[in-house]
Amino acid sequence: MSTFPWLTVAGALPLAGAAVICFVPGAAAPGGEADRARRDQFVKWTALVATLAALGVTGAMAAAFDPGGPRFQFTQTYSWIPQFGIHYAVGVDGIALVLIVMTAILMPVVVLASWWDAEGRGNPAGEQPPKRSVKTYFALLLVLETMMIGVFAATDVFLFYVFFEAMLVPMYFMIGSYGVGQRQYAAVKFLLYSLLGGLLMLVAVIALYVYSAAGGRAGTFLFLPLTHLALSATAQRWLFAGFFVAFAIKAPLWPFHTWLPDAAASAQPGAAVLLVGVLDKVGTFGMIRYCLELFPAAAHWFGPLAITLSVIGVVYGAVVAIGQRDLKRLIAYTSVSHFGLITLGIFAMTSQGQVGATFYMVNHGFATGALFLIVGFMIARRRSQQIADYGGVQKVAPVLAGLFLVASLAGLALPGLSTFASEFLVLIGTFTRYEAAAALATTGIILAAIYMLWMYQRTMTGPVRPEVAGMRDLRPRELWAVGPLIALIIVLGVYPRPVIDLIGPAVRQTLVTVHATDPVPPHPAVAGQNRSTP
Amino acid sequence: MTTLPAAGALHAAWLLLALPSAGAAILLLGGRRTDRWGHLLGCATTLAAFAYGAAAFAVMLGYPAAQRARDLRVFTWFPGIGRLSVDIGILLDPLSICFVLLITGVGSLILIYAIGYMAADTERRRFFGYMNLFIAAMLLLVISDNYVGLYIGWEGVGLASYLLIGFWQFRPAAAVAAKKAFVANRVGDFGLTLAIFLMFANVGSVSFTGVFGAIGTAGRGTVTAIGLLLLLGACGKSAQLPLQSWLLDAMEGPTPVSALIHAATMVTAGVYLIVRSAPIFNLSADARLLVTIVGAATLLFGAIIGCAKDDIKKALAGSTMSQIGYMMLAAGLGPAGYALAIAHLLSHGFFKAGLFLGAGSVKHEMNDEVDMRRFGGLRAVMQVTFVTFGLGYLAIIGVPPLSGYFTKDPIIEACFAKGGVSGALLGTAALIGAGITAFYMTRVMMMTFAGSPRWPDDAHPHETPPVMTSPMVVLAIGSAGAGAFLMLSNRLVGFLRPVVGTPPLAYAIVSPASVGTLALVLAGIGLGWAMYRRGVPAVAPRGSAVTVAARKDLYGDAFNESVLMRPGQWLTRLSVYFDNRGIDGLVNTIAAAMGGGSGRMRRVQTGFVRSYALSMLVGAVLLLGVLLLVRL
Repeated sequence: MSTFPWLTVAGALPLAGAAVICFVPGAAAPGGEADRARRDQFVKWTALVATLAALGVTGAMAAAFDPGGPRFQFTQTYSWIPQFGIHYAVGVDGIALVLIVMTAILMPVVVLASWWDAEGRGNPAGEQPPKRSVKTYFALLLVLETMMIGVFAATDVFLFYVFFEAMLVPMYFMIGSYGVGQRQYAAVKFLLYSLLGGLLMLVAVIALYVYSAAGGRAGTFLFLPLTHLALSATAQRWLFAGFFVAFAIKAPLWPFHTWLPDAAASAQPGAAVLLVGVLDKVGTFGMIRYCLELFPAAAHWFGPLAITLSVIGVVYGAVVAIGQRDLKRLIAYTSVSHFGLITLGIFAMTSQGQVGATFYMVNHGFATGALFLIVGFMIARRRSQQIADYGGVQKVAPVLAGLFLVASLAGLALPGLSTFASEFLVLIGTFTRYEAAAALATTGIILAAIYMLWMYQRTMTGPVRPEVAGMRDLRPRELWAVGPLIALIIVLGVYPRPVIDLIGPAVRQTLVTVHATDPVPPHPAVAGQNRSTP
Repeated sequence: MTTLPAAGALHAAWLLLALPSAGAAILLLGGRRTDRWGHLLGCATTLAAFAYGAAAFAVMLGYPAAQRARDLRVFTWFPGIGRLSVDIGILLDPLSICFVLLITGVGSLILIYAIGYMAADTERRRFFGYMNLFIAAMLLLVISDNYVGLYIGWEGVGLASYLLIGFWQFRPAAAVAAKKAFVANRVGDFGLTLAIFLMFANVGSVSFTGVFGAIGTAGRGTVTAIGLLLLLGACGKSAQLPLQSWLLDAMEGPTPVSALIHAATMVTAGVYLIVRSAPIFNLSADARLLVTIVGAATLLFGAIIGCAKDDIKKALAGSTMSQIGYMMLAAGLGPAGYALAIAHLLSHGFFKAGLFLGAGSVKHEMNDEVDMRRFGGLRAVMQVTFVTFGLGYLAIIGVPPLSGYFTKDPIIEACFAKGGVSGALLGTAALIGAGITAFYMTRVMMMTFAGSPRWPDDAHPHETPPVMTSPMVVLAIGSAGAGAFLMLSNRLVGFLRPVVGTPPLAYAIVSPASVGTLALVLAGIGLGWAMYRRGVPAVAPRGSAVTVAARKDLYGDAFNESVLMRPGQWLTRLSVYFDNRGIDGLVNTIAAAMGGGSGRMRRVQTGFVRSYALSMLVGAVLLLGVLLLVRL
């Protein structure tokens, strides 16, 4: 186990799938319609197999991971550009591991759900897609998976930066070429906004190297040595800001969020899942891994600001979500609200807050992923993203409606579903340090009930609208795509321990690095309870 | 009382959660395959839970009084995260076992009734699935040994209530009512959540033993704050002012739902929360006072609404609100009233469930008509319904020796015994409420069962089948006898003593308060009889200003609409506008300024991205240069 390059293999499998797909002749190749259809089928199955293989490897990793063991496991370090101390260095702690597993779970789901997206079958009425290449779409998906695994696995700051930026490219094309509506506007906005943040981060990354090389030492980009760097308070703050803005745009944190609703509404549902479910998590992951651990003093100094922005985001995102008329935009705004909760948990600097925030990243990926996919199935049938075009769907498609309800309830963090466990941890952890901020953020539970249940009411209940009367219930392929996500939401809601056990030690380590300890209750209860177990 | 580990048969207490959960899972995942026997499974799981509850009760009675609190950890939910560890744990003690028996006992009866009531519904199986879900969540609420487990059940019953109010969700009114109930409950949940946060921040624990053991050392202000936040939670769940308005709309749900969830069990969870948190409320007179005020105000509010409703279910819903007001009032009296609150809660569980089942039975025979102006003369054709409903009627208004007399009158007595201005005011409110109760319930009886038929044209009412009438008969027996059983020789007070403490005085069966109450009750009956003995006009008379207001739920909805909904809608619209024009507008303006020419953002061309990226890269390089030169 110790020598097997788990992470590299997990990342390489999708890339290999993409390579295979590249060798499949494209649409311009000779042969009739039937030949092309067969080739497209081959492409899709290849993508599915590759993503499932990656899932298998990451699943094995999760099983082999020792939470009580060394901080980073499955590590590999090779010198890449020795002149600048750049390494191909990978390894995971509990936080990175659960995010990689989440990514690997979402990928086959997205492939299944996106089966006909490249052809534009789910596009709103009147939108004829240009001739699009099926194989390019799936190759982009697979390349994106490699990048996503890489960005979480990197333990070299420069390598992280490379993945961080390279990730933009496949997503840019997935939105710009395969999206709907104002797709080019949305794609450009997404790309430029992210690039802007990325370049600020690049500045900070290079500066970090320069500092590490100060005093004639050999400079390095490796994460762990960089955490021991003695930086002046001012330097910490500037570099923190460089990283933080990049991550705040990515997450996105209020007020850097406006690219997200545009991008999510224009992306195909599967792409939207990866965008909101995984890419955005790189922002919050970056905060907890890099902002906090590389610049502990600055993280404390910026804490109140980050908390303020987070709370604004929680309430603001929820209020704006209530007012949305487009299904995908609505979900995007709920995510703005939920990302506010995640960053709140991170900067509360308590163990509950950060465990909750990390667990929330995972749960949000599943819950919002399920929501986007089900909405995508609805759009593919009704050919509209407008909420007002639906009504009474429950009567004609009860299974779809039932799963949609569970996903919506996960969106409003209903106890018994995994999102509750994480939201509760974030809020209680924040409350012990910032009472008012946590209380304000808790109003989000009321607003969430309004936006989720109102959306459900308008689309699913009431008399059946004539346009939805012929709507089919979920097909087996669609059921296989969202079913596992719904099952995970329920299982982790009832029994969150397996994930929390993975996250816990990593968060403890993070808190040690940033010199934060949980506030001590003024009137502690005596521990110990008389009880028996069945 | 110290809590001991569960032993013997109590080791299997997890069955209470597992049985109905399994029922719900099978029925909701099994789909149409379970249509044929789904209702039977739904009843069987609940009956089995009741059987276990009864066995556990017997075991508990075998222990000495001080050793009856038994704790069982089912599994660890949160392993120690910092100081926070949360278990799914079960506390069986005299208080929780009362609820277990009520929920599973009355629940089983109502589910049996629903076999007949829902027989014609193609979705009956789903109905039983939701009902099982409710019972599982409700049991979790009352048997959890910590506030987080309680909260999970608390929101779980909210979900079940949402699903069941909106069971006929193709009716827009049902869908709207369901959402309204959930959102109003969430406002209460906001309070309960913050209360839990405050407990954890102050004592580092969320378990009952942990919190109650350490809360005494916390400051008065903290304790009062926790108490008030708990009260907010209780108001949402128990439809108390100011979060009352959802309950009347909740009558959109099928009648067995109204009987079980919105009368006998879920809506009384707020009372449970307060009685369970007795060690907290005992420390704060201010919090207790507010509880009594909320209870007294709501008992009058609900009773007045009950007088003006022509919809039989809404009249009963107003009554539920009012009766829970009595329970809250009692709970707010502290050790003097905790046991009384629970006693009234239990007897109310019988008679109100019975009344709702009777109303459902009438509705069933009247082609779903609920307007009492279209009823009348049903005494002759629905004799079982009449007699059982009648016993419930006598019980709720407190005619001796039926249940209400034994459980409501001591509450009134205890209010006066509290002394001072507040005691007198609360007692008077409770006394007047008893009179109004007698009036509106007499009105319901007169309009439904007396007089001549005013039935819808195609209705041919006759008695409902035995599967529906037999649960009504059992509940009627309970309505008649429960009060006397619980209160005579201080049976319940003594049983609950280890959990909620000793009341300062013993309650007399006949007291000045009970005589006064009886007089007012008789006056209320007389008034109701006098008003409706000559028949019921088919169209409601215009009525006085109070009647008009009462018909409109005393403007509860109008208040919500003008104070919360309208401003909320404006805020939402303003925020959306601000987001599009303000924040996003600024982003686009900056981008346009950087790229030159405001129209370019819209006319995206090839090369555009590249030029932007290039200009940003140049900027970044410059920035880096400056950074390195300055050498922070």
